[in-house]
Amino acid sequence: MKRYAYFPGCSLEKMALSYHKSAIESARKLDVEFEELEDWNCCGATAYFHIDELLAYTLSARNLAMAEKTDLDMVAPCAACYKNSYFTNEALKKDPDLAEHINFALEEDNLHFTGKLSVKHLIEVFAHDVGPEEIKARTVRPLEGLKVAAYYGCQILRPRKDHENVEQPHFFEDLMAAIGAEPVDYPEKLLCCSGSLIITSRRAALSMIRNLLNGAVHSGAAVIATACPMCQVNLECYQKQVNQEFGTDFNVPVLYFTQLLGLALGITPRRLRIGSELVLPTPALSRVRRKPATT
Amino acid sequence: MSEKIGVYVCHCGSNIAGTVDVEGVANWAAKELAERGVVVARDYKFMCSSLGQELIEKDIKEHGLTRVVVAACSPHLHEPTFRGACARAGLNPYLFEMTNIREQDSWVTADKQEATKKAKSLVAAAVWRVAHQQPLESLFVPIDPNVLVVGGGITGIQASLEIANAGHHVYLVEREPSIGGHMAQFDKTFPTLDCSACILTPKMFDAGNHKNITLFTWSEVEKVEGYIGNFTVTIRKKARYIDEENCTGCGVCEEKCPKKVIDTVFEAGLGYRKAVYRPFPQAVPKYPVIDRPNCIFFQRGTCKACEKFCPTGAIKFDQQDEIITVKVGNIILATGYDLFDARKIPNYGYGRLPNVFTSLEFERMTNAAGPTGGKVVLRDGVTQPKSVAIVHCVGSRDKNYHKYCSSICCMQSLKFAHLVHEKTGAEVYNFYIDIRTPAKGYEEFYQRLLDEGTHFVRGKVAEITNSVRIPGEEGKLVVQVEDTLIGKQRRIPVDMVILSAALEARADAKEVAQKFGISCSADDWFIERHPKLDPVATMTDGVFIAGACQGPKDIPASVAQGAAAAARVLSIIGQGEIEIEAATAMVDETTCVGCKQCIASCPYQAIIYLEDKGKAYVQEALCKGCGTCVGTCLPKSITLKHFTDDQIVSEMIGAMQAMKSFETMEVS
Repeated sequence: MKRYAYFPGCSLEKMALSYHKSAIESARKLDVEFEELEDWNCCGATAYFHIDELLAYTLSARNLAMAEKTDLDMVAPCAACYKNSYFTNEALKKDPDLAEHINFALEEDNLHFTGKLSVKHLIEVFAHDVGPEEIKARTVRPLEGLKVAAYYGCQILRPRKDHENVEQPHFFEDLMAAIGAEPVDYPEKLLCCSGSLIITSRRAALSMIRNLLNGAVHSGAAVIATACPMCQVNLECYQKQVNQEFGTDFNVPVLYFTQLLGLALGITPRRLRIGSELVLPTPALSRVRRKPATT
Repeated sequence: MSEKIGVYVCHCGSNIAGTVDVEGVANWAAKELAERGVVVARDYKFMCSSLGQELIEKDIKEHGLTRVVVAACSPHLHEPTFRGACARAGLNPYLFEMTNIREQDSWVTADKQEATKKAKSLVAAAVWRVAHQQPLESLFVPIDPNVLVVGGGITGIQASLEIANAGHHVYLVEREPSIGGHMAQFDKTFPTLDCSACILTPKMFDAGNHKNITLFTWSEVEKVEGYIGNFTVTIRKKARYIDEENCTGCGVCEEKCPKKVIDTVFEAGLGYRKAVYRPFPQAVPKYPVIDRPNCIFFQRGTCKACEKFCPTGAIKFDQQDEIITVKVGNIILATGYDLFDARKIPNYGYGRLPNVFTSLEFERMTNAAGPTGGKVVLRDGVTQPKSVAIVHCVGSRDKNYHKYCSSICCMQSLKFAHLVHEKTGAEVYNFYIDIRTPAKGYEEFYQRLLDEGTHFVRGKVAEITNSVRIPGEEGKLVVQVEDTLIGKQRRIPVDMVILSAALEARADAKEVAQKFGISCSADDWFIERHPKLDPVATMTDGVFIAGACQGPKDIPASVAQGAAAAARVLSIIGQGEIEIEAATAMVDETTCVGCKQCIASCPYQAIIYLEDKGKAYVQEALCKGCGTCVGTCLPKSITLKHFTDDQIVSEMIGAMQAMKSFETMEVS
């Protein structure tokens, strides 16, 4: 049994509820247990670090200090939460003065940051800690014939953390191959999904989304797998607008990798909340060659 | 105090006199240091001039000076000059001391008063020290006229021929089956576009047939012992499995060998060779080599096709590696470079996107004797590209890989552009950061390329991708680049990409440097003695470096260095014997306990253990006088001549006494 402190972040409460549910369900099948932090707060998102760095560090450090109490490593499923928590952890470890300053504030909550845990993204738990071999062995319904574009997005790998290969990683593809799916060569796999650019520069954001959809379709993918709520929203919800803007005809389902993983592990689509998407994945998934569930 | 000391303070034009009151320093020394034995103190415009030197010589004779101090520039520059002046006047050169009031004072001190004070204390230190100096006699060692050249590329060939033509014997060691190096792989050479093989093969032939050159190909240097004039070198001659006495080089074995192997060395992975092979038809020597790991007989025990067909019975499957020992007086290293592995930049797609090629692959492709017969084609072997991108600075001038400029890539890329244009008529794009064409005829070549209509895009390529974004990009490689001259991001679809990969030091450069007792820079290039004035010598006497092993270089520069290293070696051979610095370490056998700590600490392997006496012994000819052993020796049995404890302590007392006298002056 592997155990982790789990910091879901705000997206997973509402917009990305399916990510949350499928993560918990898939983890359970693989003997992984997530202990949700009791009183977690916002990670600081994109904006706060540019407004007040010290307060943003403090905000993020509070989550870390709570996780430290559990003596477990912390896992964040959202790429932005992961990035902020990771860099706060590193910054405070490197700068004891800053840590002391922040610990002074954390004392109010009876919390203390020491820097003893490591911060991981959810996909690392499955792709590295559990590992593709183990997952392959536990797969009961391999997603044979399903062509998947494994989309990393940017924040899991950049700015650079401790990953070895940030230019051409393949752990996501390996994970998809482990569940029997067929990862396609997706050259756009590391490009930005446009983040929150849609708010300030709609056309530029739509053009970035179009490039990502175009690449996935061009490489023959039937579904895009993501590991970030922001990427999922951008790629899925704006397809109609992209089509209107550029006269295209995209209709690509965008699922969380945990949903595909759950399917392969034999969890029912309903428990993985498949079916609540704007672009329905059912046609793509129905083409999966099913092995008899008994074997 | 019975010594008579002369002090000479140099103006060095305004270099020193601009900040230091040189006359004041001389007068102060004459007055304040008289009790330390100073009998004459002068200042002079340029002490290093012949008039300045004559001044010292005259004073030695007239005043009967027993010690001389010169306050001027760094001893690196002029210590030998003034030692010479002393020697000419009959004074042992080790009774001279030089103190540096330029690099260590006038150039780094802004305040004139402070600089003058510092000069005075430096002079005082030297005066105190020089009184304790002892006359020393230099050691002379005879020079063995034989020479070892390591590396049979164009640099090593040039160096070998120069020395051999001067009548001295050369042992030329090459790791590969043939000499020729990288130059043998090229088709055309810039900027004249003359055929590489046509100008190289005559030199290879000369080197292979010269009566004064012994070739050791398919061989490596295992061990180097000794010192300048007297090296003993152990060479491993790897088994070729070919009897060189009987082999005529007819090539039947190559023809009949059933095993095809991808040639990753000479053909850069683009072509094939057999398991028994010569890398190219003009190989020198003409004997092939059996590649044991790929030979069917060695792996499975049957085949022997080569043996069956060899008309002279020259195949020898039972041949063993040979260990050969040679004696030489000097060594020239010309070990060349490796090409940067472009796979390390994944965003350029080499190894992933088939139609991305490295520069060396393209050299082979465009070579008429290469795998495609000189046709410029895509990886499928047939399709001619309609558009080609050439990316400069791949792994060079990039803080993620190598910070340095690889110096040859601009010209090489221009040459590629010309060849692609000439052979295919394709559109050619050069992506560059800066175009660097500084040598003779290079800029003219660049202008020619501009006239030919090659596109030049100034900007570092971000990515080479097969990601299709807009119509027209299907099936193409897209070069994503910021064109810094128009200030826009561009996507340029092409059929083929050539990466002008950096030159980097050989993967085993550090190991080789250690073997020959020289040092490497942070980038693993061999370090020369002086970057401007002694570019082919190293800090180890008798070991020289030439060509790309010292840093990226094109053919003209490599040839020049090969010849330069040969000239340096010939001048040493011409002297017959060589003077060794007398400031060496010495073991006092009465107190040495034989703990061998000094032997472990010596970076030059100069100390040996005398088994019969149970004591350490310093081989003077090898000792560089670094003093490491002195610090290591627990019973304080080792003394470094010319840097004894009393000399150094006196020097410090002199400096501090002078500074103390300035303080009391200020208070009163």
